[in-house]
Amino acid sequence: MHWLVEPGFWSNPVVGTALVLGAVVAVVSGAVGVVVVVRGQSFAGHALTDVAMAGGAGASLVGAAPLVGFLLAGVLGGGSMEAAGTERVRDRDVATGVVLGAAAGLTALLLYFVSSSSSATGSTQSVLFGSVFTVSPSVVPLGVAVAAGTLAALFVVRRPLLLSSLNPELAAARGVRPRAIGLAFVVVLAASVALSALVIGAILSTALLVGPASAALRVARGLGGATLGAIAAGVAAVELGILASYDSFYWSSAHRSVPVSACVVGVILVEVALSALWSRARARRG
Amino acid sequence: MGCEPLPEDRREVVHVHRVEVALGGRTVLHDVDFRVGEGEFVGLIGTNGSGKTTLLRAILGLQATTAGEVIVAGRPGRRGGPVGYVPQRVAFDHDVPVRVADFVALGVDGTRLGLARRGRGVRERVEAVLASLELSALAGRRIGALSGGEQQRVLMAHALASRPRLLLLDEPLANLDLPRVHETIAVLDRVRRAEGVAVVLSAHEIGPLVPVMDRVIYIAQGGVACGTTEEVVRAEVLSALYGHHVDVLTVHGRVVVVEGEAGDPGAHPEVVVR
Amino acid sequence: MVARASASGLAVFAPFMANAWLAGTLVAIVSGAVGLFVVVRQRAFAAHAIPNGAFAGAAGATLIGASPLLGLVVFAVASALGVAALGRRRDDVVTALALVTMLALGAALLAASGAYEPAIDALLFGELLGVSRAEVVALALLVVGTTVVLTVVFRPLLYSSLSEEIAAARGVAVRVLDATFLVLLAVSAALAVPVVGALLTFALTVGPPAAARMLVRRPGRALALAAVLSLACVWAGIASAYWSGWPIGFFVGVYAAVEYVAARAASSWRDTRARP
Repeated sequence: MHWLVEPGFWSNPVVGTALVLGAVVAVVSGAVGVVVVVRGQSFAGHALTDVAMAGGAGASLVGAAPLVGFLLAGVLGGGSMEAAGTERVRDRDVATGVVLGAAAGLTALLLYFVSSSSSATGSTQSVLFGSVFTVSPSVVPLGVAVAAGTLAALFVVRRPLLLSSLNPELAAARGVRPRAIGLAFVVVLAASVALSALVIGAILSTALLVGPASAALRVARGLGGATLGAIAAGVAAVELGILASYDSFYWSSAHRSVPVSACVVGVILVEVALSALWSRARARRG
Repeated sequence: MGCEPLPEDRREVVHVHRVEVALGGRTVLHDVDFRVGEGEFVGLIGTNGSGKTTLLRAILGLQATTAGEVIVAGRPGRRGGPVGYVPQRVAFDHDVPVRVADFVALGVDGTRLGLARRGRGVRERVEAVLASLELSALAGRRIGALSGGEQQRVLMAHALASRPRLLLLDEPLANLDLPRVHETIAVLDRVRRAEGVAVVLSAHEIGPLVPVMDRVIYIAQGGVACGTTEEVVRAEVLSALYGHHVDVLTVHGRVVVVEGEAGDPGAHPEVVVR
Repeated sequence: MVARASASGLAVFAPFMANAWLAGTLVAIVSGAVGLFVVVRQRAFAAHAIPNGAFAGAAGATLIGASPLLGLVVFAVASALGVAALGRRRDDVVTALALVTMLALGAALLAASGAYEPAIDALLFGELLGVSRAEVVALALLVVGTTVVLTVVFRPLLYSSLSEEIAAARGVAVRVLDATFLVLLAVSAALAVPVVGALLTFALTVGPPAAARMLVRRPGRALALAAVLSLACVWAGIASAYWSGWPIGFFVGVYAAVEYVAARAASSWRDTRARP
């Protein structure tokens, strides 16, 4: 086995935390991501990572827990995107962009305050790229709690949510209020994105949200199957990516590891490519 | 399945010649063959999913054919031909900074590169088309702020602006109430006489079109049957087209086409002729 | 970032600020003009993703010792063509995957090259005060090039933005146009990003044009107003940043959002008044 798993992988506590938190985030991202892809909200899903960053910067300024800042900013930003966007549905793209621009500006200001009040450098980079290997184990209980809450909320709203995503007219006829459902979902999305942005960074947050879900939706026939498939693909990508990143330290002569984000994204791209080949082959068979 | 050739005195505008179209491995149109003459008003009648839109897109060159060819005004049909197109729906952004007159003008010069000022010819053509469709009052309004019915009328003006020989309309009557349906048909009938343009209009109800239509093309099971209403909407013709028994009944002066065997729970009225 | 406030308020117009004003002005014009089509074609995600993803190119260029600007342009154009080739219109999944691929590539290249962290901050937030004369000249060329291309493709681009189906039926090469537009977006972003930062460029590309299109009805006037509103954001941003000492990106992001919200309020007010 040593050729596959380099020494110390299983006994290393940092790796253990990373494996657990990565899996938790992948499960939530997969479940939420299927709805994101079906509703065409990838841009919002990505923008919320940047919005949550503003909260992270704010939290470090006032000395609050980063996860609280991420969650608060994500929910506020998501709510304002939804409030601005749904009134005119086709304005959603622009509304997301404006909120993103404002939030990024706010982040710049807060990071400026942070960096002038302390000597914290590299905060931009750690927020952007994150690193599962630097997450403290103390985040695990709170992270698991947020993940469980997010999944529970998604489970509660799933029927009206999917109906209003797939067939808005039928949903309206059944008494579903699209704005209320849209707002509920964006809160779920913001919580999921805030958690994953904190734990694994912005790149992986978007990658895990969109990649496994789009691959699973190509392969699975039903939405239930797609959700399970997205969760499985996401967890596999995170675990394999962490393993590859850890191992890469021993592979290269310079002993410099490939970042986790690059490894996980690599696995996800392979999954997406395989699903594209699969659906093309199925279309040919008729 | 084919159709009779055009009468001697009608010049041909489009010839759909033994066209076959396959979408995702499924044959949607099979050996479709018909001609439309200059200035004709033709109804393309069929249920949802019968291939009406696919056929219109094939004529426009937007849909590749797997066999056969489309000849428009004597040349192989391709994009940019002398054909005006009114799709079933165009979702204009509410805030798009384009007025009705701007959009209609794009029908004339929208394909042209460069930013040369619009000549008087273009402006006069836009005004004339808007006037003939009774849209002059809307010329300065934002296109996204119009109602669905108004937008459809503007799409017609836009399609006519380039003086096409053939006007294709995809289900223009689908979302209109009955007075609007009759009004739209009357306007189209007037315009095609004034402009000498052939009109092919797809619909799932034949009724309101009967007074103005020269011919009907009935589409079902990937094939077509065409001729005058009396020639086509008959039990034996439609039964042959569908490949199973179809009844054409006259109820209180309206003609009802019933697909399927008597007592079949799936049977439902397909086409109503008033 | 912009220096602390000086004793005299008018020093904001001091000679050492001249390049900053010029660069800001040029970027504002390009972003406003290209941004109108970003908004009308609903390509905000691509406008965000392409410059952000392109920073992988800058990292790659430092690794092989080439000019970072060249790396930026090459990667921006490559990701624009990738999005154009793979994605049907508004296919945001493709845009998202392209973005994360480029960012992950950038992370890997940075790890391999061991590049200095502040370089990333500079790319994201820009260094308007450090703009050189040569960069101003490059930006001026960019403004000229963008104006020429936009002028040439203006009508067909607008036509295909309104209805791709109708424009294609009329013979407009809609896919070529879409790719042309994305490459234009990529080149202008790649040249503007090192000067003013990805953040500022993006904020100018969406907010002011989205406001402009709600305030005027004609396409040509919307284009001009988008550039004017974008200029207002930048000028006010430079002045505010100068006097407060806070980062310019904050002010531009907030001013762009304020313009958008104000224009929306004005347009809703007009709509309710128009209705009986």
